[in-house]
Amino acid sequence: MNFLNYFRSQKKSSAAVAKERLQIIVAHERTTRGGPEYLPMLKEELLAVISKYVEVDREAVKIQLDRDGDCEVLELNVVLPEVESQAKLR
Amino acid sequence: MARIIVVTSGKGGVGKTTTSAAFSTGLAKAGHKTVVIDFDVGLRNLDLIMGCERRVVYDFVNVINGEANLGQTLIKDKRIDNLFILPASQTRDKDALTLEGVGKVLEELSQEFDYIVCDSPAGIERGALLAAYYADEAIVVTNPEVSSVRDSDRVLGILSSKTRRAEKGEEPIKEHLLLTRYSPARVQKGEMLSVEDVGEILAIDLLGVIPESKSVLNASNAGVPVILDQQSDAGQAYEDAVARFLGEQRPHRFLSEKKGFLGRLFGS
Repeated sequence: MNFLNYFRSQKKSSAAVAKERLQIIVAHERTTRGGPEYLPMLKEELLAVISKYVEVDREAVKIQLDRDGDCEVLELNVVLPEVESQAKLR
Repeated sequence: MARIIVVTSGKGGVGKTTTSAAFSTGLAKAGHKTVVIDFDVGLRNLDLIMGCERRVVYDFVNVINGEANLGQTLIKDKRIDNLFILPASQTRDKDALTLEGVGKVLEELSQEFDYIVCDSPAGIERGALLAAYYADEAIVVTNPEVSSVRDSDRVLGILSSKTRRAEKGEEPIKEHLLLTRYSPARVQKGEMLSVEDVGEILAIDLLGVIPESKSVLNASNAGVPVILDQQSDAGQAYEDAVARFLGEQRPHRFLSEKKGFLGRLFGS
């Protein structure tokens, strides 16, 4: 038993911070892994096309490849901006 | 047929060459005919760690190009029977290695050897891909540090998608984690990721933990694989790892710091 622990602050250890950061980034990178190599380029081009018509944030476009049995599903998710700005385009 | 083992990590400087040298020496010492290949074309270093730098005549690229045969090129270790070194080329560019060329050399070595240890260059470029491509097993060398763990995870992704076994749909490469430069005292203080932390993130079988040790630099200074320094903690840890690789059950030593009375009282 170690009595000095009593005086130590309860701050999270740097190793705990490292573990948490790693878990997040590794999980994120694993989702993009295994997809075809053209996926990032496809995303860029889709983003370019979309922004020709609507002003969208980069973060508002999500592209994801999911595997469902033998089937691969390309999911494109675009969050459009406020209705007012869309109305202008119609 | 030989088993082909790639020693890889993604990140540089984590101990791939030290591990390749120690592991191949350990396998040969256990009686298996072993060859260790330096895949780091342009930055040859395995020869120095193995202490045979002055005996290099031909190299891997010479063999691939048909300028020398394996008999002329392989360097026989002077300390351990059954151990041979295939050095990397220093002068040629990285494109000198081709998938077919590497395949042919490995095929030929497979007839003669029990184990082929491929010392991968750092990174995930061509040289690293070639070193891993034909592997049956992989030793992923990782330091308990964020960038190394992340890179190891990337490498695991490559092993499961861009290698021969993956492309042919065969049984996947057997992946082993080797945690190096481990400092139990710092782990206890919460300053370093623990072996459990890294194991949880990478989720592969743990082959061994090599403690941070002065003996590693001493061994490389002398050109003696650290596994031959049987007094040292790192040397013993490598010996355990090789034994585990060969199917033996051995407890993990060196996971905690030995402490005296004062250390127990005041240490963390």
